[in-house]
Amino acid sequence: MVPELGHFALLISLCLAVGISVVPMLGSYVNSTTMMQSGRSMAVGLFVFSLISFLCLVWSFVQSDFSVAYVASNSNSLLPMVYKLTATWGGHEGSLLLWGLTMASWLLAVTLFARSLPAQIHARVIAVMGMTVVGILLFTVVTSNPFERILPGSPAEGSDLNPLLQHWGFIIHPPMLYIGYSGFSVAFAFAITALLSGHLDSAWARWSRPWVNVAWAFLTLGIGLGSWWAYYELGWGFWWGWDPTENNSLIPWLTGTALVHSLAVTEKRGLFKTWTILLAIATYCLVLFGTFITRSGVVNSVHAFANDPERGAFLLMYIVVLAFFSLLLYALKAPNVTSLSAFRISSRETFMLSNNILLTILMATVLLGTIYPMISDGFGWGKVSVGAPYFNFFWVLLTVPILLLMGASSLSQWKQTSSEIYRKYLKWPVVISLIAAVIFPLLYSDGHRIGGAVTIFVVVWIIATTISSLLRQTRNAPSLWAGMRQLKMGYYSMVVAHLGVAVFSLGAGLTSVYSEERNLILMPDGSKELFGYTWSFDGVEEIRGPNYVAQQGHIQVSQDGELLARLEPQKRFYMSGAMVTTEAAVEGNLWRDLYVSLGEATEPQSAGGWVITVYVKPFILWLWMGIVLMSAGGFMALFDKRYRLARASADALAGRKRATTTGKPVQAT
Amino acid sequence: MKRLKLFIPLVIFAGLAVLFWHGLKMDPTELPSALIGRQVPAFQLGTVKEPEQIVTRDDLKGHKFALINVWATWCGPCRQEHPFLVKLAEQGIPIFGVNAKDELDLAREWLDERGDPYQFSIFDPEGKLALDMGVYGYPETFLVDENGTVLQRKTSVLDERVWQQDFLPIIEKLN
Repeated sequence: MVPELGHFALLISLCLAVGISVVPMLGSYVNSTTMMQSGRSMAVGLFVFSLISFLCLVWSFVQSDFSVAYVASNSNSLLPMVYKLTATWGGHEGSLLLWGLTMASWLLAVTLFARSLPAQIHARVIAVMGMTVVGILLFTVVTSNPFERILPGSPAEGSDLNPLLQHWGFIIHPPMLYIGYSGFSVAFAFAITALLSGHLDSAWARWSRPWVNVAWAFLTLGIGLGSWWAYYELGWGFWWGWDPTENNSLIPWLTGTALVHSLAVTEKRGLFKTWTILLAIATYCLVLFGTFITRSGVVNSVHAFANDPERGAFLLMYIVVLAFFSLLLYALKAPNVTSLSAFRISSRETFMLSNNILLTILMATVLLGTIYPMISDGFGWGKVSVGAPYFNFFWVLLTVPILLLMGASSLSQWKQTSSEIYRKYLKWPVVISLIAAVIFPLLYSDGHRIGGAVTIFVVVWIIATTISSLLRQTRNAPSLWAGMRQLKMGYYSMVVAHLGVAVFSLGAGLTSVYSEERNLILMPDGSKELFGYTWSFDGVEEIRGPNYVAQQGHIQVSQDGELLARLEPQKRFYMSGAMVTTEAAVEGNLWRDLYVSLGEATEPQSAGGWVITVYVKPFILWLWMGIVLMSAGGFMALFDKRYRLARASADALAGRKRATTTGKPVQAT
Repeated sequence: MKRLKLFIPLVIFAGLAVLFWHGLKMDPTELPSALIGRQVPAFQLGTVKEPEQIVTRDDLKGHKFALINVWATWCGPCRQEHPFLVKLAEQGIPIFGVNAKDELDLAREWLDERGDPYQFSIFDPEGKLALDMGVYGYPETFLVDENGTVLQRKTSVLDERVWQQDFLPIIEKLN
């Protein structure tokens, strides 16, 4: 009964979403307040019914109702309860339902928190968001109904959640990712509304900015958690593998990052409008493209969803309709003005422009590498796969200039910046970064690695320029502290996010350059000196988990006679599907992770020898800390006074007027 | 005229959509055979026995045909395959090894214990050559002609059956 209720609620959600996309939009043209306002109550309804539908699926999992096909293929009576709950989004159908729910939540949030928008604009934003929801819900209902029953002859036991997903990183990674993905539909809706209404002023940029920042922060966190999960759960010691599934989350993140910055320019200076609109549209379209790539099976991926060309065809239709009409609208209605002359080369606008150009090129590079196997196959150039060397090369080539510019940009001002400022405030950062870049690799390891020097230069550069910018911002205040208290939250959010990038780059760069990995064959009670540590093996024992049996290795790592870590990597054999997973054991601190995973028993097995892969991953913790900081920066922007709810209504009314003049002379972004 | 510029995103998108539509009809999981008919990728690496001595692609040439076998001491199936390689080598078939992502000591130990069927084993500790060759499973065996052109490749264990079925017919054609 519950699954039927869920299915029914899903259908009602779909009807409501259709209503939301049609009625308020019509109302905005015939100027009917009733029709325009109907969107709000329907949005509440949409959220409630999506939630009911989602909870019904959760309930089916809790009850282990294996007559539901989706539950039967993603759960098992032995599965621990917490994983039963998270199994709800462990497969294709359920994750779509979750996506629908997050879309509905954003829609509700927009109706609740953006009430101060002019009625016509508000109605249209809601309607456009409704249209994006229709696509997702229709896709769910038509091709991927999670409530489908296997009747008669329902299985007595489920085939279990993919063991790789039985990990707590996976509990929160998909929700974060989907909140981020669907959040960009808000920016999309604002952009389409701006095009429809022809009011392409700074006001819409101000309205969109907080939403974009939050969506970006969630997406950042979501991607970070995914990477974290892969690092701990896959047991291969890497945190990013340039797999299509991973790339597809990175691609909209890159345009989303560009959007965050170009929106700032559009709000403050009224420039880059056309470009900002395009970025908003493109980001959401790329989210959908990514979904298409991971769920249709057009490219090979190690951890994509079960592939189904029929679903792919449906998704592609949805994307085509959505992207075709929005890009056509863009081509016909976007303001076509070149306003490059409005600022000098030394200005902050120039930095933002180069940031956008570089991020876009980077996005295109990643996208090309991801779909190149398909292009090559399609044109008959042969089957190829694009590997990490391609991505790493272009990634480093393009991010280093982005990061260098990022440091310098924090000293820049709108319109123009006197070279005096750059000279005065960039001198010390240059010197410090150079010194650090020369010294660090010498002290850290025997062989001088250029990658280590570049990483340190860039990281110290960002931190030093940030401090320099802080000093400049507070130069007229009586004390540093007094000055810092006067700075706006918007400025601090930028500082935190940029420091996050620096911390992330430190972790990512040094880990990539200095990581060590080796396969060892160890006999019980044998040990090996490697990478400056002693790895001793105490053999393997068999242990039982709730739904698996595991071989658990005991490895002690010591240095200079001092025991540093007892690591217990496992190889798990899940009873339900005869699937084997590798659970790496990690002991980490700020400077390095000791990471061990269990390979296979060597012949003859009676001797008890095992192949063990050991990794030393320096500074990898900084990588996760950097992601958290970046994301925190995104959330902090929400608390800038400009976006305070109390002031929002006044702002919105004044927005149209203010837009005709130029932005306020504010230094912070 | 200026407005035409704004149609660029639409055109790019249309191109992508057509491409994806086409992509739906293809199967990316079909075995890749990109290297067949092409030269073995160029390399400059040492060997397991003599890490200081650099060998290159040219050192693989000159035999009417030869096998290139990608192996490692950490690879379980390689262990199973090894005796068959030794047997082939005894019949006078030239085999070159690519020892990938491995340790020198372990690799030497392996060859001492189990016999060395290889003319020489290229020592590829980073697995770079293996990557260039598109190796995605271990072991993997390539058949090349006298110019170093790849004629055949097989992933997984090379045994009598695979040898008879996938390698011998091609070799007979060469004769």
